[in-house]
Amino acid sequence: MTVPVPVLSLRDLTVDIPTRHGTLRPVDQVSWDIARGEILGVVGESGAGKSMTGNAVIGLLDPPAHISGGQVLLEGERIDDLPLAKMRRIRGKRIGMVFQDPLTSLNPLLTVGDQLTETILRHLDVDREEAAQRAIRGLDEVGIPSARNRMGAYPHEFSGGMRQRVVIALALCAEPTLLIADEPTTALDVSVQAQIIALLKRLCRERGMAAMLITHDMGVIAETADRVAVMYAGRLAEIGPVAQIVGQPRHPYTDGLMASTPAASAGQARLRQIPGAMPRLNALPDGCAFSPRCPRAQDRCRHDPRPRVGEADARAACWFPIEPEEDAA
Amino acid sequence: MTLVSVKSLTRVFDVSKPWLNRLIERLPKRHLTAVSDVSFDIPERTTYALVGESGSGKSTIGKMVVGLLRPTSGHVEIGGVDLVTEKDRAAIDRVRSDIQMIFQDPFASLNPRWRVRDIIVEPVAARGGDTTGMAERLLEQVGLSADDVGKYPHQFSGGQRQRICVARALASEPKLIVCDEPTSALDVSVQAQVLNMMSDLKDEHGLTYLFISHDLTVVRHMADTIGVLYLGRLVEEAPPETLFTTPAHPYTAMLIDAAPRLDAFGREVEPPEGEIPDPIDPPKGCAFHPRCPLAIDRCTAERPALKPFGPGRVACHRAGEITLKGAA
Repeated sequence: MTVPVPVLSLRDLTVDIPTRHGTLRPVDQVSWDIARGEILGVVGESGAGKSMTGNAVIGLLDPPAHISGGQVLLEGERIDDLPLAKMRRIRGKRIGMVFQDPLTSLNPLLTVGDQLTETILRHLDVDREEAAQRAIRGLDEVGIPSARNRMGAYPHEFSGGMRQRVVIALALCAEPTLLIADEPTTALDVSVQAQIIALLKRLCRERGMAAMLITHDMGVIAETADRVAVMYAGRLAEIGPVAQIVGQPRHPYTDGLMASTPAASAGQARLRQIPGAMPRLNALPDGCAFSPRCPRAQDRCRHDPRPRVGEADARAACWFPIEPEEDAA
Repeated sequence: MTLVSVKSLTRVFDVSKPWLNRLIERLPKRHLTAVSDVSFDIPERTTYALVGESGSGKSTIGKMVVGLLRPTSGHVEIGGVDLVTEKDRAAIDRVRSDIQMIFQDPFASLNPRWRVRDIIVEPVAARGGDTTGMAERLLEQVGLSADDVGKYPHQFSGGQRQRICVARALASEPKLIVCDEPTSALDVSVQAQVLNMMSDLKDEHGLTYLFISHDLTVVRHMADTIGVLYLGRLVEEAPPETLFTTPAHPYTAMLIDAAPRLDAFGREVEPPEGEIPDPIDPPKGCAFHPRCPLAIDRCTAERPALKPFGPGRVACHRAGEITLKGAA
């Protein structure tokens, strides 16, 4: 039996932004795999590089940002060095993308039906009639009531939650193998957020689609993801199964992040907090980027080259990871 | 002692098309009732939290409490003074300096052309007060350095800016601070810092907070009493522990169930159905009945009044009949 090829593999992916004051590195040697049917949650605070990683995968980096090292493999095939025309055939066809704000991802001048059929016609070898049928089925699948009648509606005629469903239908209509969802529920109310999360989970399971879910919300990750990657200052801090990351974090940053979410310390008078703030990209400390805020930091963290996942610890990029027994104490 | 008393507060917005359009297209006037008959009291030195989804009227109430909007009907009394009807100028002046506000977006609420010192002392300087050394002292209280007084807002991160907003709010030594989503724009680790700081300042200065948020979990930490709003109506009011363990209104229960939880991996729950209805044409009777799993005929016909229930109040015909789905 052959080992199944992961849908998406990042190999030391690095993104650089040259500026007048030197080169910034918003994504620094990030590696991970996503298997078929798996949802990888990518968490981190603003500026951690999570959206930049997503955009790098799908080839939507705004110049002067560019991939300066590493590889992106889609089903074993390298896609980070493809010419624009070839990339356009992958984008939308094999990788679907959902952005945070559903209103700006849809064209306000075209009906929802037009936008869906256009995408289907572009990527799949079907006629107009069949494309329209597929579009209706797509809308139906994401839970839009009376889909056939809604085909002629414009984006502004939908509510926020319904719009995000349309965007998801649009991302899925060409039957991609990988879905990248960048903060898909951040602009939505909590009851609608729960609906969208349930929808994404169901679609991934039914279609065996791999998904990369980018969010800053630990609760959304805990509910949705199979595995979680935690990013800090452009680097991968920790990666592992969701139950372990949330339940027994090994990287001190993951630990602090989990503890400072209000849901984690329900009933306590004070929230646990991490002192300080994430360093700016032009002023990264030597060694581990988290060391100035880290309660466990020692000399080694401040001077040695930064640790990477798999070096000192199988899961966390940390010289002194939290041991399970410490956690219990 | 009650500091803020809100009585049957209602605010209706006219959202009609322009006059000429109405004439040509023969359209009637359209009204949006953003806040409908809301009453609550905030005792001194406590935190009252208003929670609700978008369009529930929470920010509109906040604006009416500080006097940025006039109520269509009803009253807001602060320390016994109604800012809208009070005739005594001195009393109005005194109450106004007792109220401050902190906004959601720390990027939009600080003047980019002013130095931090001028921003912080403005509430006092505008009234001709003495401001020597005030900015330095307040900056240190909110966890920034006194040397930062000469800097401009763009030199600070989001969390630091929100601290500057808090310092400005403290300058006039107010009794009441209305916080409209003060941490929604911040990252979680910074949010924890700001929330903890706000709790500390409350104790030190004897402050009263009206805390407006869409996030029940944030509010659970801060509030002494939580009021849940739905479509401009107060549907439930209770202390946090009661609200979270035994919610009495089906909408509160739905909100708590829907909030993502950290211990919820692998949890399979039916997500709540439906969305907030159009506030221009809200459902008859109880506004929540089209989404309510417990709705009966009476709910579609008769709007439930907010009645005392346990330690709080609830507006539901079937109060006390629900159990929370995955209650911890």
